[in-house]
Amino acid sequence: MVEAGDCAVCHTKPGGKYLAGGLPLVTPFGTLYTTNITPDIGTGIGNWSYPAFRRAMREGIARDGHYLYPAFPYVHYRRMTDGDISDAYAYLMSGPPVHSPSKQNQMSFPMNIRPLVFFWNLLFLHGNPIAANPDHSQAWNRGRYLVEGAGHCAACHSPLNLLGAEKSGERMAGGVVDGWHAPTLLGMAEGENPWTKDQLVSYLRAEVVVGHGTPAGPMRPVSLGLAKMEVSEVDSIAEYLLSLQGAPSAPSPEKGEPISAAYQKMGADLFQGSCAGCHGDAAPMRQIDGRPALAQTSALTANTSRNFIKTVLEGVPPAPGAPGPTMPAFANSLNNQQLTVLANYLRDQYKPGHAWTDLKTTLQELRPEAK
Amino acid sequence: MTSTTLNVNGSLHELELDPDMPLLYALRNHLNLNGAKYGCGLGQCGACTVLIDNKPVFSCLTPCSGLESKTIRTVESLGTADRPGKLQQAFIDKQAAQCGYCIAGMLVRAQSLLERDPHPDETTIREYMATNLCRCGTHLRIIEAIKHVAGASHGQ
Repeated sequence: MVEAGDCAVCHTKPGGKYLAGGLPLVTPFGTLYTTNITPDIGTGIGNWSYPAFRRAMREGIARDGHYLYPAFPYVHYRRMTDGDISDAYAYLMSGPPVHSPSKQNQMSFPMNIRPLVFFWNLLFLHGNPIAANPDHSQAWNRGRYLVEGAGHCAACHSPLNLLGAEKSGERMAGGVVDGWHAPTLLGMAEGENPWTKDQLVSYLRAEVVVGHGTPAGPMRPVSLGLAKMEVSEVDSIAEYLLSLQGAPSAPSPEKGEPISAAYQKMGADLFQGSCAGCHGDAAPMRQIDGRPALAQTSALTANTSRNFIKTVLEGVPPAPGAPGPTMPAFANSLNNQQLTVLANYLRDQYKPGHAWTDLKTTLQELRPEAK
Repeated sequence: MTSTTLNVNGSLHELELDPDMPLLYALRNHLNLNGAKYGCGLGQCGACTVLIDNKPVFSCLTPCSGLESKTIRTVESLGTADRPGKLQQAFIDKQAAQCGYCIAGMLVRAQSLLERDPHPDETTIREYMATNLCRCGTHLRIIEAIKHVAGASHGQ
């Protein structure tokens, strides 16, 4: 359950102790630091009773009565069964306690006044434990339970309103998290590059998939967590996700001018020097290891250049102890001008006539974030 | 061919280079700086690591175009065989090299860590060095050598 709920994705900081918190979450309202959920008495949840834990999971209220910020996805966790919440509690309490005091949040006014979350909860906190829908298979129902409850997929994959709540009419229609674009989960079985169930199961388990990219950014730890669960659970998640019908797709960016031959040459040169060793048609990773062509990655086909820029700047870091694709970070190797040429060149290769219009602003936004 | 001026180890070099040429080739073939090695050509092993504006990069993936206003430093800037630098001496003392192919990259990367943080703890060293691989398996001695320099400079 703790893996299904992605607890460690936020409650463990890079290089930090498992579940001891301290990861900064940058929100439009300020920076939050995740808390220590190991059973340490002084700094963790060691003196939390089960009812206190359940209240936090369902109502977003901490043991001492203060309101938790909704970055903690209790709007989703409240939909879990009592049995699963108590299993998660039992597991968390059985782990090694780690002494790690919480860092002070840096929220801007008025969001630094926690009691205001009461009103947020009045507006947005609803939903009960999920009841089975007899019109669908057991696997579909299990998938829905995992996606809507513990998995809290919609928390990242939905646009947020001005108060940081999921927009009710656009659930799962895609959002932005940590600078990354979390694509829509609606209509995945349709569209230009539809997902099959096998592909989606493999993707969700952080494997290399023919025909699609690999999980990157915040989806990488999520998928590495899913890989530890029973395959049948991930299979259920895929079954449910693929049943979600597509919303009317967002309009494609305006057709831009085709890029000039000289520009194309500049892009091709950069690609040849920096990328082709892995991503060229003849690269061993493509020929021997079955890595998909860049044309099939959502980073290049999406309407926003966000994930392309993020991936090139920060790469796909290796996960210690887990096999899987990695990519070096290019933040120190490519300057903004080179990255712009490369982005325009590749976009023109794979989506001719659909130049990214957000390139300049997105690059300006994301460059300072790159480590 | 394009004329490109590179600032390497403190001196300027004007070179005629293919626009798609990664920095590693310019260093080795045009400037005879053979410290940085070609390992995988994919940015996965770290043998080609050099410093650009004090940050470690994989020179096998870094295009020469765009480096005109930057300062490039290679392992050759850290010392010579006769007068090895502090970090190089520690690598010798701890016998950190087996075949030696990865060592230039290891030294340069470790150097950038110590310039940023003169007294890193072992966890920091391990995380920072994780991108550089040694196929002989001398990582433990490499870490020992870096720790030696990190610890030895205490109180100075």
